[in-house]
Amino acid sequence: MMNDAAEKKIRAVIVDDEDLARQMLREFLSSHAEIEIVAECANGFEAVKAVTELKPDLLFLDIQMPKLDGFEVLELIGTDRAIVFVTAFDEYAIRAFDIHAVDYLLKPFSADRFETALQRGKERLGGKLPAPSELSSSARPPAKYSERIVVRDGARVHIIPIAKLDYAEAQDDYVALSTAGKKHLKQQTISSLEGVLDPTLFLRIHRSYIVNLERVTKIEPYSKDNHVVVLSNGTKLPVSRSGYARLREFLDQTRAK
Amino acid sequence: MHPLLTHPRQLGLYLLAWLPLAAILTHSLSDGLTWAAAAAITVPLCLVYAFVCLAAWYPCRATPLEKSGFLKLLLTHLTAAALLGTYWTYQAKELAIGLAHWSRFAGVDQRLTKYYPLLWITGVLLYVMSVTFHYVLLAEQAAREAQGRALQAQVLARDAELKALRAQVNPHFLFNCLHSISALTATDAAKAREMCILLADFLRTTLRLGGKETITLEEELVLIRGYLAIEKVRFGARLRMEEEVHNDTTRLQLPPLLLQPLIENAIRHGIANLPEGGVIRLSAQRNDDAVSILVENSFDPDSPSSLKTGLGLDNIRQRLHTRYGGDASISVRTEGNCFLVSLRLPADENGVKA
Repeated sequence: MMNDAAEKKIRAVIVDDEDLARQMLREFLSSHAEIEIVAECANGFEAVKAVTELKPDLLFLDIQMPKLDGFEVLELIGTDRAIVFVTAFDEYAIRAFDIHAVDYLLKPFSADRFETALQRGKERLGGKLPAPSELSSSARPPAKYSERIVVRDGARVHIIPIAKLDYAEAQDDYVALSTAGKKHLKQQTISSLEGVLDPTLFLRIHRSYIVNLERVTKIEPYSKDNHVVVLSNGTKLPVSRSGYARLREFLDQTRAK
Repeated sequence: MHPLLTHPRQLGLYLLAWLPLAAILTHSLSDGLTWAAAAAITVPLCLVYAFVCLAAWYPCRATPLEKSGFLKLLLTHLTAAALLGTYWTYQAKELAIGLAHWSRFAGVDQRLTKYYPLLWITGVLLYVMSVTFHYVLLAEQAAREAQGRALQAQVLARDAELKALRAQVNPHFLFNCLHSISALTATDAAKAREMCILLADFLRTTLRLGGKETITLEEELVLIRGYLAIEKVRFGARLRMEEEVHNDTTRLQLPPLLLQPLIENAIRHGIANLPEGGVIRLSAQRNDDAVSILVENSFDPDSPSSLKTGLGLDNIRQRLHTRYGGDASISVRTEGNCFLVSLRLPADENGVKA
C-alpha cells in the first residue's frame, strides 16, 4: 500500500535562474505530499540534463534563462509532460498555448493562482497528453528565423549559431547538421528545419539537402541532368533538377543586385 | 539665392526705398543739368544699382561680423565699395554719352563730368549702407534659426527624458522584484521589508532626478547602487560590481539616468545569461576638460540576447547629441567575453545649460 502511494507521486522539476523564485515554488509545493520535487535547475543546460535523466511528469519552467531559454529547452526535450511556464514576461503566452502548455503563471502570482495551475497540471497528467508536435516550428515567434539551432546529444546540449551551419542532410526522422567538420543529429524533418532557416541564407538544393549559400564555391555538372555544389571545405552535395533551378534563380538575383 | 529675390513683396518695399534716393540725386544734379536730363540719368542708374547692392549679401555672408577680424571686414567691403562706386560712375558716364546722341540732351555728357566725384562718393556710401542693411538681415536670420534650433533641442530633450523614464522603470524589473518580495515574505520577512524599502527608495530617486536638467555623477552613482542592491537580492552572488570612480569626477554634472540604463543592460544582456554570473565594472576619470566613463561587463558571446542593446544605446546617443552636439560620444565594443560601453562628455562643473 505504501509502495503504491509512493509510485503514484507526481515527479516535478523546477527550472528558474533565480534562487528566490525556486524557493517560492518549493514553498507552495511543500503542502502537496503527492508531489515530489526531483530536481531544481538554474539554467537551460541543467534543465535538459535533469529532464532527460529523471523523466519528470511536471515541469515548472522559466523562459528567460542563461544558455538556453525555456522554449529551446522544450525543443530539445519535447512536450510529452505537463508544462507550467513561470515568467514575468506576458508576451510569450501565445507561444506557450501553441505548444499546449498546461498553464502560464505571471510573476508575481498568488497561492490560489498557483493551486489552479497545479490542478490543471494534475488533470492533464490524469488524462491524455497531446501528441508531441513539430515543436521547432511553433516554439518560434512568428515571422522570425532562427539565430541558432540547439541539438541534444544524450544529456549534453550543443548550440549551433546558424552562420556556422554548413549544410543539413535528411536521415530518416533525423537531420544531420554539419558544422566545422562535425555532424550533429537532431530529431526533426528537413522540411521543418527549412521553415526556420532564413531563405536568403539557406537553400533547399535537394530533397535531402539544405545548404548554407555562403559556403558554396562552385556548381559543377555531374551527369547529363544532374549537378553538384562544391563547398568551401571541399564537400560535394548533389543538386536536384528543381534545386538547380532555385539555385540559378538565387544566383541571378544576387547578380542583379 | 538672395532672400529678397524670392519674396516679391519685400523686394517691392526695398525698391520703393530707393525712390527718395533717386529723387535726392536728381535734385543734386539738377543745378547743372535740366531736370529731365538729371532724371533720365539717375532713375535707371538707381534702379540698376539697387540690384547691384543686393550682391553685398554674398560678401556679408562670407565675412560674418562675429567671426571676421576688423581689418578683413574693412578691406573686403571698402574694396567692394570702391569698385562698385567706380562702376556706378562709369555707368552714369556711358548713360550720359548715350543720351547725348539725342538732340534734346545734347552736351549732357560734358556737363556731367563735374559730378563724377559726387557720383562716386554716392555709389560708395550706398554700397556701405547696403552692407549695413545686409548685416542686419543676416543677424535677424541667424537669430530666427537659433531660436528654432533651441526649440527643437528642448523638445528632443524632453522627449528623451520621458523615454528614459519609461525605459527606466522596466516593468519586468518591477515584476521580478515584486515576485522576489513575495517569495521572501514566507521565509524572511525582514528581508522582504528591506527590499520594499530599497525599491521605494529607487523609484523615488528616479522620479526626483529624472526631472532635473543635470545631476552630479555622485547622484547617479547613488541611484545605480540602489538599483544594484535590488538586483543583488535576485541574482545573489552571480552579480558583482566594481567601481573605480576618480574623486575629481564625482562633482561633474551629467544628464540624469544616463548611466543607470547601461548598468541595467549589463545585467539583462550580460550577467543574466551567465549561470555563474559575472562582474560589472564602472570607471570614470577626467582628462582636462572631458570625462571618460567606461561600463564593462562579462557576457556570453553565444547568447542571442547578448548584443540586443541597440535601442537603449540609441536613446543615450541621441540624448548626448541633443545636449552636447559633437562634444560627446558613445562607443561600444567587445573584447572576448567582455562587453564595453565607453562614454566621453565635456567635464561640466556648474551644470550650465549647454
